[in-house]
Amino acid sequence: MEFLVASAIGVMTAAGIYLVLRARTFPVVIGLSLLTYATNLFLFATGRLAINQPPVIAVNAVGYIDPLPQALVLTAIVISFGMTAVVVVMALRAYLETGNDHVDLPGDASPEASEDDWKQRGRRQQPPPARSGGGARA
Amino acid sequence: MNHALILPILLPAVVGAVLVIVARHDALLARALSLTSSVLMLGIAIMLLVMASDGSVRSYALGAWPAPFGIVLALDRLSALMLVLTAVLGLGVLVYAVCGWDQRGRHFHPLFQFELMGINGAFLTGDFFNLFVFFEILLIASYGLMVHGGGGLRVKAGVQYVVTNLIGSSVFLIAVGMIYNVTGTLNMADLARVVPQVPAADQALLQTGAVLLLMVFAVKAALVPLHFWLPGTYANAPGPVAALFAIMTKVGAYSIIRLYVLAFGADAGEAAWLAAPWLLPAGLVTLVLGMTGVLAARSLGQMASFAVIGSMGMLLATVAVFTAQATSAALYYLIHSTLGAGALFLIADLVAERRGGQRDRLVAAPKFAQGGLIAGLFFVAAIAITGMPPLSGFIGKLLVLDGVRESAHAAWFWALILSTSLIAIIGFSRAGSIVFWKTHAQPAAAAPTRRSDAPALFAVGGLLACLVLLTVFAGQVHGWLELAAAQLYAPAGYIDAVLGTAQGVR
Amino acid sequence: MRLLGTRNGLPPFTEAPPEFPMSLVLIVLLPFIGALFPALLIRAGRSACATGAFAFSLLAFLLLLAQAPAVFRGEVVTANWDWVPALGLQASFFLDGLGLFFAGLILGIGLLIIVYARFYLAKDDPMGVFYTYLLLFQGAMVGVVLSDNVLLLLVFWELTSLSSFLLIGYWKHLPEGRQGARMALTVTGAGGLAMIAGMLILGDIAGSYNLTDILQHKDVIQASPLYVPALVLILAGCFTKSAQFPFHFWLPHAMAAPTPVSAYLHSATMVKAGLFLMARMWPVLAGTSEWFYLVATTGLVTMLVAAGIALFKDDLKGLLAYSTVSHLGLVTMLLGFGTPLAAVAAVFHILNHATFKAALFMNAGIVDHEAGTRDIKRLGGLLHVMPITATMAMVAGASMAGLPPFNGFLSKEMMLHEVVATTWLGNGWGIAALATLAACFSVAYSFRYIVHVFFGARRDDYPHTPHDPPVGMWLPPALLLVLVVAIGLFPNTVAGPLVAVVARAVTGGAQMDYHLALWHGFTPALGLSAIAVVAGLTALVAYVRVRALWQAAPHPEAKAMFDGFIAAAVAVAQRITHGLHNGSLQRYLALVLTAFTLAGFATFLAAPHAAGARALLPAHPVAIVAWVLLVGGCALTVALFRRRVLSVLVVGTVGLIVCLAFIHLSAPDLALTQISVEVTTVILILLALYFLPKYGPASSSVRADPLRHLRDGVLAVVAGIGMGGASWAMMTRDGASLSRYYLENSVSGGGGTNVVNVILVDFRGFDTFGEITVLGIAALAIYALLDGALFGRTGRRLSAWSPDQPQSADRHPMIMVVATRVMLPLAMLVGAYIFLRGHNAPGGGFIAALVVSIALVMQYMASGFGWAARRVRVNYHAMIGTGVLVAAATGVGAMVLDQPFLTSTFGHFHLPLVGEFELASAMAFDTGVFLTVVGAVMLALANLSRMGRWTSPYNINTTAMDFDPGAAVRKELP
Repeated sequence: MEFLVASAIGVMTAAGIYLVLRARTFPVVIGLSLLTYATNLFLFATGRLAINQPPVIAVNAVGYIDPLPQALVLTAIVISFGMTAVVVVMALRAYLETGNDHVDLPGDASPEASEDDWKQRGRRQQPPPARSGGGARA
Repeated sequence: MNHALILPILLPAVVGAVLVIVARHDALLARALSLTSSVLMLGIAIMLLVMASDGSVRSYALGAWPAPFGIVLALDRLSALMLVLTAVLGLGVLVYAVCGWDQRGRHFHPLFQFELMGINGAFLTGDFFNLFVFFEILLIASYGLMVHGGGGLRVKAGVQYVVTNLIGSSVFLIAVGMIYNVTGTLNMADLARVVPQVPAADQALLQTGAVLLLMVFAVKAALVPLHFWLPGTYANAPGPVAALFAIMTKVGAYSIIRLYVLAFGADAGEAAWLAAPWLLPAGLVTLVLGMTGVLAARSLGQMASFAVIGSMGMLLATVAVFTAQATSAALYYLIHSTLGAGALFLIADLVAERRGGQRDRLVAAPKFAQGGLIAGLFFVAAIAITGMPPLSGFIGKLLVLDGVRESAHAAWFWALILSTSLIAIIGFSRAGSIVFWKTHAQPAAAAPTRRSDAPALFAVGGLLACLVLLTVFAGQVHGWLELAAAQLYAPAGYIDAVLGTAQGVR
Repeated sequence: MRLLGTRNGLPPFTEAPPEFPMSLVLIVLLPFIGALFPALLIRAGRSACATGAFAFSLLAFLLLLAQAPAVFRGEVVTANWDWVPALGLQASFFLDGLGLFFAGLILGIGLLIIVYARFYLAKDDPMGVFYTYLLLFQGAMVGVVLSDNVLLLLVFWELTSLSSFLLIGYWKHLPEGRQGARMALTVTGAGGLAMIAGMLILGDIAGSYNLTDILQHKDVIQASPLYVPALVLILAGCFTKSAQFPFHFWLPHAMAAPTPVSAYLHSATMVKAGLFLMARMWPVLAGTSEWFYLVATTGLVTMLVAAGIALFKDDLKGLLAYSTVSHLGLVTMLLGFGTPLAAVAAVFHILNHATFKAALFMNAGIVDHEAGTRDIKRLGGLLHVMPITATMAMVAGASMAGLPPFNGFLSKEMMLHEVVATTWLGNGWGIAALATLAACFSVAYSFRYIVHVFFGARRDDYPHTPHDPPVGMWLPPALLLVLVVAIGLFPNTVAGPLVAVVARAVTGGAQMDYHLALWHGFTPALGLSAIAVVAGLTALVAYVRVRALWQAAPHPEAKAMFDGFIAAAVAVAQRITHGLHNGSLQRYLALVLTAFTLAGFATFLAAPHAAGARALLPAHPVAIVAWVLLVGGCALTVALFRRRVLSVLVVGTVGLIVCLAFIHLSAPDLALTQISVEVTTVILILLALYFLPKYGPASSSVRADPLRHLRDGVLAVVAGIGMGGASWAMMTRDGASLSRYYLENSVSGGGGTNVVNVILVDFRGFDTFGEITVLGIAALAIYALLDGALFGRTGRRLSAWSPDQPQSADRHPMIMVVATRVMLPLAMLVGAYIFLRGHNAPGGGFIAALVVSIALVMQYMASGFGWAARRVRVNYHAMIGTGVLVAAATGVGAMVLDQPFLTSTFGHFHLPLVGEFELASAMAFDTGVFLTVVGAVMLALANLSRMGRWTSPYNINTTAMDFDPGAAVRKELP
């Protein structure tokens, strides 16, 4: 069991980091939530694993898992929920302000970061699906 | 029972909540409440400082659960000092902000109060998971403040700031987890008790956790190579917010000083002085890179940002010597650099607000309102930050140079600190001459419309006046700081106060 | 203040009777205090302003004179106040011969300058500021020469750099002024920094930072291995300040300043600070071969080079500037010789140079002011139109040239006498030859100043019609020239005592016999003088040819080099800075994550580690299936990250599996929280995704930039291995923890059987308090972000929004509306149930809150914002605030009972339906949690859906199924 959990944490971390390093806000957000899963599971694992030993006081309990990490993870989940919400909305606002969802500040580093979807929209009458869909098929 | 310790957290929390409920639509009410709270906060902080000055460490067991099981607040000289510093800077910034900035977006005042709550909590808590919580409070409030007023660049820089810190927060949890797994505690004092007994078999986990935690703090403290978030954030944040952020980097520095002297200090056995080999080189590199940035800056705000980075480098490199003498010097420099940076960001904003299109960029522009006065303020701030006499920056520099004499790397310190000071002098004189002197070569434009900003100028003047006081009473202040440092390097007192007789434990 | 009073001169150093000469401190303070007034007095007129400045300097000067008798009696007046004891930094002053001499020069000439400037400055020059700067500078200079503590001396030293920066840049509109000011600040500032190090080392060797102590430790200091570094660093400060070669170039460019400034700073005072310090340190630093070769050589080279250049300067002030540099070199060289007699000569020449050079600068200022130009080529024949000025120029010039019977002659003679006696690297005549050459140059340029400006035919093409200036302008230099002549004729009576007392101070009381007089008989020195004069005059006669030679010779332009250097430095700095901080988050994060990963691995591998011995749990087949799903999910997310809607759903499933894991691993609370947070997050992201592009652009595909993706992949895998390995290491080892305590005290102390919940609301309730605050703040921030988006640029964009995807025209699908509305009360009930049981079984305020909010959000999504907003009357802002307040209140309640914040209490009650449950104060706290969370989630989501409503292009079926058919019928009816 431990190996499954450990490897799962590793895989989620790797996937999360890979996505966090992408150029657009959306995959970054997805990557962050994967990282959050990994972190929460990691924090949970610091109390070691146990099966069928919930930390609810009962007469017929065989034993109890360390409750403290669970409490910590709960706090962590809630906080990261708030953080995710903020980053999502901020990314949205950034998109509305700048007209692109690139993570870089406009500059020599990444010319894409200064494009403006609305302007492009303005040029075309109807947004053809090619712009959105085509990218995916490429 | 003395509830004073909880007030610095409770007051802004309650005021923040009240602001959200009653003062959502009324600027005047919001300003009044916010200012009152900040003034009270200053009073409370000074009271705590006086309390702490008797040399004893006070602890406050929340929920009356004994440490290490419950969460404990602890007040010693260092935390009292940080509280006062926060209160002073906070009040100055708030006075500046009520001149108009606070109305350029929603919820400035609640966010501001919650920010103070988070910062104060971080300075008071004796539990490193609770420290995480307060980090998150001050961070999320700072996210709100950072994008206050909107604007494409600002919000995008905000996204970068948030993402970087979210990763930092994840690593914070990871590090806490590793340390908890090995030591089975979350209380700093208890950690200090346990760390020396950690068996060799567990050292790798413990030390990895500790180093990762150190790096999380280093992210907050903008240490190379974890500093990248800072220039974009500070330069794009609203002026007053950037000024307030001057204390946030110090939260990282405080946490490092607190935890790595207390728990990973002389008595930590295998993990003794764990932070030193990482902190010292990183600090010196940061110093150089920061001051280089000062010379390279393209706007006053950017220059202030890099000045902050440089000062953090000098501060943490000095801390990394890990002697009481060096630490007291570092603390003096900490006070100075916080107030100085705050003032500089406000001055940059004063300029930006008056120059229309050119903002605070380092280009010549027509004369602007109160140019002479603002030039004077800039001159004083620049003297302080470049460490020229007679202001506190110079004394701080002398103290640091003197404090690191014994270090094996003293030569590096001296060479780098002095040469970077020269770079800073060149940078600041260049900037000042472009922004404030070249204007006279320009055709004088009609004076731009001025906001009702007498209080704003007063706020800047106030912060600079604090620097002057810090200079005149350098002897007394440093004497007090020596005691504070001595208290840090004798952790037994702190540990006993927290684990021993916490007040009102059931 | 600690009082030291007066004591007998150095050496030996004796404690003094406690009689405190406040005046000593006042002498330093008065100029600073005075600096405050001119800026105000200018409102009362230019004269009032000048008078104010004059008054303060005069007062300081008189106080100084009052101390003079004591000093001449050989006493040393001191005052002392501890500033930063830990540092050895004291505000301590002392007045001996040297100090008296320099302070006298500074204040005395300062007075003349103040008068002169009053008439020199033009109407539109801000005079108040000028005098303020001038007095600041004056105070700093006096501070330098009176400081006892070398650290304090450093303070004033740098202050002179700063105030001179302001003075040189006084004419802000002139680029020369700005550049000159910055150049001066940079060069002298750099020297000052070097000197900081030097002084710290010196003080460390001597064991004290007080000069009066340091001057006692010659042997200790010169024996120390740190002597040479200290010497070099301190000299770096002196040489930059006194414009010694190769740091001489800043001085001529400082001439962009108004002439009074040049006359003051660059003849009498600031540039003399370096000489002063060398004289001050002379007793302890001089006498070694290092000192001799460093100082004497530098001085000699400076004297020669500068004199040469001066000869070919056409700008009067340029000529004087280089001649000043040359004379500074002369004095430096004399100090470098290290013999008492040379030191006396040095002191004497400082005095003489100050008098004639200040006079000459003012003279140049007069010419400039009256004739309208300083260009020698455009001048000549002024003798006829400005006789007074011409006469003064001749006297001062002759003294500068070193002709009898003027004072310049005396000290030059002494100098030549010394060089004859000095051997350099065993060579007995080299220095003498070079010094004579320099002297000949100085004769040449002095006479050029006189002849080419005042003699020759009168011209008619002067920019202004020149005439002698008002008395206010020529009187100050005239007074100085009286001194020039007086000292020249009666050196012993006029200057003798002063020179004597100064010499004693400099040489530390060494016995020496010298004789100030015009005539010493036929000495080698006299011969060299004669040669110099003849050669100099010849050079001037043949000036055109000499000039041609000079033009042919290469002469590097120092300013160009300096500017080039600065420009290069800035360019490099900008390349580094803006190259590193290029605004690319991708790079920043890559670096940050790499740093974390490397540091983690490095530490782990460096420290001792042993595998854990904990028994492993069996892997349940279902668990394995779940694992496969999770890994697959992650892989899918990575593969499909550009198909956004899809990746949201895949990530959601990964979250669900994590949630299953929590259930399996005996963490029901986590599972419940995870699932509810999961749902809410997905809703949120989908709402946001409505506006964002649904597909990532091709440019971010792997094909677009395989290398970057490879780099990221490697980093990701390594970090993943690290995390997995660490968690494996943790799970496989046993260890003590606090858990036992919580399990034992949960029921008895916390009144709940669900330990996790008790920890959350009681043991660590403070965390939860912070946690809900975070949620509340998050909501506020989100609201601010969304609300701001409705206005200005973003607002226009939103209203012009056209969805990039075909979407259903039916805004309120019937089924969804019905379902959500039926669900609402149910959800409410479930919420209440979860909330109440939370303390004893998995559940609690937070989960309940999320369940309720989700149900509410459904209403917004199904029936539209307007519909819901009209019906949900609560204000979410207030709800958040109230929640936080309620939570805080439960804590404060305890404080009222004199318990610490958040101390809990509980009792048991009975309730129908729910049955036996206990009401703990923790419940009230949990209510706070509930309110905050509902408020926060709703505020965020409701406003997102509100934005959606703003933008939707379709306006059919806008009211969600509650239009009244009867209404239409009624309309039909008449």
